[in-house]
Amino acid sequence: MKRDVVVTGIGLVSCAGEGIEAHLAAFASKAAPRTDAETFAPYPVHPVVPLTFDAQIPKKSDQRQMEPWQRLGVYAAGLALDSTGVKNDPAFKAALQLVVAAGGGERDYAVDGAILSGLREAADPGAFLNERLLNDLRPTLFLAQLSNLLAGNISIVHGVTGASRTFMGEEACGVDALRIAHARVASGQIDTIMVGSSYNAERPDVMVVHELGGFLAKPVYRPVFERHEDNGGFVLGSAAAFLVLEAAEHAASRGARALARLMPVANDRVTRAPGTVSASLTRLIGEAGVARPDVVLSGATGLADLAAEELAGIRAAFPEADIRATGDLVGHPMEVAAPFGAALAAALCAAGSASEVAVTSVGHRRGEGVIRVLAA
Amino acid sequence: MAQSRSSSTHDAQGRPLVAVTGLGIVTSLGQGASENWEALTAGRSGIRAIRRFPTEGLRTRIAGTVDFLDTDPLVAPLLSERFATVAADEAVAQSGIGASFPGALFVAVPPVEMEWPQREALAAAAGSNEGAITYSELQRAAASRRFDSWHDLFIFGTVADRLADRFGTKGSPISLSTACSSGATAIQLGVEAIRRGEMDAALCIGTDGSVNPESLIRFSLLSALSTQNDPPEAASKPFSKNRDGFVMGEGAAALVLESAESARARGADILGYVLGCGEKGDGFHRTRSSPDGAPVIAAMRAALSDAGVEPEAIDHVNAHGTSTPENDKMEALGCSAVFGERVARLPISSNKSMIGHTLTAAGAIEAVVSLLTIRNGRIPPTINYAVPDPALMLDVVDRTRDVRISRVLSNSFGFGGQNTCLVLGDEP
Repeated sequence: MKRDVVVTGIGLVSCAGEGIEAHLAAFASKAAPRTDAETFAPYPVHPVVPLTFDAQIPKKSDQRQMEPWQRLGVYAAGLALDSTGVKNDPAFKAALQLVVAAGGGERDYAVDGAILSGLREAADPGAFLNERLLNDLRPTLFLAQLSNLLAGNISIVHGVTGASRTFMGEEACGVDALRIAHARVASGQIDTIMVGSSYNAERPDVMVVHELGGFLAKPVYRPVFERHEDNGGFVLGSAAAFLVLEAAEHAASRGARALARLMPVANDRVTRAPGTVSASLTRLIGEAGVARPDVVLSGATGLADLAAEELAGIRAAFPEADIRATGDLVGHPMEVAAPFGAALAAALCAAGSASEVAVTSVGHRRGEGVIRVLAA
Repeated sequence: MAQSRSSSTHDAQGRPLVAVTGLGIVTSLGQGASENWEALTAGRSGIRAIRRFPTEGLRTRIAGTVDFLDTDPLVAPLLSERFATVAADEAVAQSGIGASFPGALFVAVPPVEMEWPQREALAAAAGSNEGAITYSELQRAAASRRFDSWHDLFIFGTVADRLADRFGTKGSPISLSTACSSGATAIQLGVEAIRRGEMDAALCIGTDGSVNPESLIRFSLLSALSTQNDPPEAASKPFSKNRDGFVMGEGAAALVLESAESARARGADILGYVLGCGEKGDGFHRTRSSPDGAPVIAAMRAALSDAGVEPEAIDHVNAHGTSTPENDKMEALGCSAVFGERVARLPISSNKSMIGHTLTAAGAIEAVVSLLTIRNGRIPPTINYAVPDPALMLDVVDRTRDVRISRVLSNSFGFGGQNTCLVLGDEP
């Protein structure tokens, strides 16, 4: 069985705002994204706009049990359900499957700092570490750290209880989540699924991990394709993106509007050597069947060598393509990059601004992907 | 109702049958299927006092660590990779499928993050001997470029990436988590991909090497762990009245899944089949099941339905059986609802009584043990079942039992409302 898969809901939050209109406006304006170069200096970040969490997470107790990456994700998932028109449809949500692309949760920075300070003088460092962790870690912090608990919180807050799976692995897992979600619906294994991801960039621990290896751009934001010095780098962005996918016939039977069509996702993981990413991307553009894209939304991280390969790979297939970096709208939201690109592509199609959009992804360490979105 | 089209290569729904042609396992009991099977059927425990790090001041000081394999540095992602490699080496060799694996990799891995020894090293390298240390110091040390190799160590995709390189799997490898049902989900993803006809084979792995101070303390703070440290081997006692929590365990298991058609065509030895997979989300609470057990029941029924079998066709339940008061009660409730009165005569056993709760790996490890159970006609015991919980009404296998087993239901449940069940069988 091969069925058409349509997007019937979109939920977006980022530095550009919340919802479809805010992101279409940001795309149209071509203005530089809102950036904070002070709080985490020398690392600039694209902070998420202030959100009224009560609007999507009514219970304060639920909000307290989550760290920011989970709140952003649950919020965006709620927007997607609203956009699908199923927020108050328990039966739809009870059958709705979920694939989430996620990293891990956050640290308690004060506790970590105090422990590291105390360890310097501790007579018995092992015992000191045990004692401090036992006394200072909030028991519920663990649940805010577990990768699968974004999905868990979406189930609890929104009643999405088909079943959830969480994919991990930076940029590539966002592409994999879309690929598997599409394949399950297209093959008839399931009828409906919500797919998406969430990332909080405003946390100092991820800056440690990505400073290792020298992957971060400093000290200010520059457009993604203009970061040449010292091989560029990424500016992390807080963002969340969710899409509701449905078999076309399922959406039609309940009278839901198809915002766009999602086509089978093509992705791979080639050994990184000069030229391999470029060749992989060109091949995947062919596999994805990209024909006449009105725009190519590139998830380029900002690393100059990979961006050059990505552009070359796209140009080899479409010399004249209009290529826009989603990093210039929302920064680099890691696992969210591909779902964000797919959601924006669907929004452009739904608005009549495009009839075909290609989304490209080249992970900062691994993975290449191409997502093709068509007007419904 | 579709007409039954069951054959030697396709199931009653006309989907490719999924055969298992290779198994690999490593736990605290040893390395390889034969060592583990011998220990499991002898009722031996792999739970012992933790020697890997100081346990002074901890309420729980025991675990089922894999002490005969180590890594440098000794961190969860490297240990998880090592265990996975050992298990997959065994599975791939047994399958005879070749050095370049002709399908995708689905690997359940524990969440990854920088660990304390690395944080301490960065703090020391920042060179400030007075004043409070903050993440700014760690960032400054990271910018020294001396520690760059740790980037790959502490991002989520690396374990799968290295496994994909080693085994030559095709396409983008998938790293996944569904908490304590992750291992079963890895198998489910492989089954679904083969049924869709995307590939003829899949390498499915669950691995976990995260017994370290902070992981242990996190579970301890949720009151999830047994605190009966002495003697260690008696702490994990699923379905017992005096059960008081789970014991953390480590290990990995790997399964080579193949379409039955492709396995037969190349003359592979078929070790069993994954006949059905079922799952159901639970939105009740972050760590507790819906009190009526509905999602657990739905997941078991979904697995049976996917396998196209009635409850009567199940000969044995390989339980999730964590030894926590909550899990074992809910699992018994679920089994009672699904199997009715027969639950009192349906042998159920928990491997966790001997190897502890291997967390991310558990679903895969227990699927491998289920297949060994079928092949050997022998059910490994639930040890430490000295004080049965009279409320549960189960036929808990407290001594190794020899009985013909054709189909096993293997349960996995996890935090975050994760419920995944598998039906494994000897024949379609």
